[in-house]
Amino acid sequence: MSPEVPSDSGLATYNFAYLDEQTKRMIRRAILKAIAIPGYQVPFASREMPMPYGWGTGGVQVTASIIGPQDVLKVIDQGADDTTNAVSIRAFFQKVANVAVTTHTKDATIIQTRHRIPEQPLAEGQVLVYQVPIPEPLRFLEPRETETRKMHALEEYGLMHVKLYEDIAHNGRISKTYAYPVKVAGRYVMDPSPTPKFDNPKMHMSDALQLFGAGREKRIYAIPPHTEVVSLDFEDHPFEIQSFDKPCALCGAENVYLDEVILDDQGGRMFVCSDTDHCEDRRDHGHAGAMLGRQEAAE
Amino acid sequence: MSMNAQALAGGFSDPVFDSQAVFRLLMDGMSRPGTIQTVGIDVEQPLPLGRAAGAVALALCDADTPVWLQSAMAKSGAPQWIAFHTGAPVVQEKSDARFAFMQSPAGICSFGLFALGTQEYPDRSTTLVIEVASLVDGQPLTLSGPGIRDKVTVKVTGLPEVFLSIWNDNRALFPRGADVILTAGDALLCLPRTTRIAAGETACM
Repeated sequence: MSPEVPSDSGLATYNFAYLDEQTKRMIRRAILKAIAIPGYQVPFASREMPMPYGWGTGGVQVTASIIGPQDVLKVIDQGADDTTNAVSIRAFFQKVANVAVTTHTKDATIIQTRHRIPEQPLAEGQVLVYQVPIPEPLRFLEPRETETRKMHALEEYGLMHVKLYEDIAHNGRISKTYAYPVKVAGRYVMDPSPTPKFDNPKMHMSDALQLFGAGREKRIYAIPPHTEVVSLDFEDHPFEIQSFDKPCALCGAENVYLDEVILDDQGGRMFVCSDTDHCEDRRDHGHAGAMLGRQEAAE
Repeated sequence: MSMNAQALAGGFSDPVFDSQAVFRLLMDGMSRPGTIQTVGIDVEQPLPLGRAAGAVALALCDADTPVWLQSAMAKSGAPQWIAFHTGAPVVQEKSDARFAFMQSPAGICSFGLFALGTQEYPDRSTTLVIEVASLVDGQPLTLSGPGIRDKVTVKVTGLPEVFLSIWNDNRALFPRGADVILTAGDALLCLPRTTRIAAGETACM
């Protein structure tokens, strides 16, 4: 074989991007079929990775199979670049693939994400790789794989609509706030992974390619760019995204997804952007929220 | 060059990065049907296999992917070359093949005998790699569907008249169906089963 890792990485033990070439070919073939059948979950022979299931082994395998030396990688965990999962996966690819990394959404060619879509609209040529825990949207309604597979085959999604209807009957509204089911290209009902439903509209007609990897469940699926992604709803109960009363306490951004931060045990709290890059970028450009320490930055 | 020497020649000089590069062309092409991708790597594939088709074989085929070759290709050095460089078994039955390599227009007939997947597992279908004369001029075709913003027009020389009706039959099977990679020398263009093809230029653009 040829040089398998960049010579300056000091590693001789692993192939480029950790996976062996036959595994990459297998995953690459699955990715191409996934793109050709938008929303359909392609089974693949998921490998053991040097991290536990639940830490993004599916997303890591997809990223490892598509990444090349020219790529710039960004990894986010609940929107943040600096939380444990994001930091360790980013370090993993720096080590095994020696690729450039960034926290800036616009500079990245591949963005691996756990449960958020960046606030900044993605561009043509970018790839968003989702880490997926349970890829089957019907799994909690029907535990048997043989049955859910048949339901997808027959495009029989009545059970999902019954679930959403029962939500309305019990709660007066559809109570699902994350992993909100979508229909892709008018055919397959798909689980968008546990992203908040706030992000669902960003999947619709995105300029970027979206790939989903579920390591434990051994499934890969995809949404090509410019593809219709519709959140399931009813005429009299249309799909709605979350809204927030106040803007981000640090950067003042509105119409973004906010995380609650507990400040003390007296009930003090603040709401800040979940997308840390978006928040930092806004503050760098002079935007300030109500609780940003630097008052002089306020305009 | 003798057939044996030809079988041993070429391949990826840098298998890890070359196959990644070719795969990315395919991923970009499959997610944006109608865009022309150019393979810049010389793989010294035996004719009538084109350079892009040869690179696709090297990047995606291995012992897990039976390959079917159209008769003109089966009689060339291609079977030995593919066997040596990828380890893929060459099969006689179209329905056993994960990949099929053919030349247009002579060998193009219905996709019906290829694996088209099942309703439960539509991914278990053959990917057809079809060599055509040109992807830059010729008969205009308008493409639409997932991956395409509005519409895109491509020009292809060397597809038979009957291709549009074959493709419509393939479309009608969705989610089952074959996926196609058109190649012309070092250029390739992907047609996933979701793509709608109409003859002629885009009217409204």
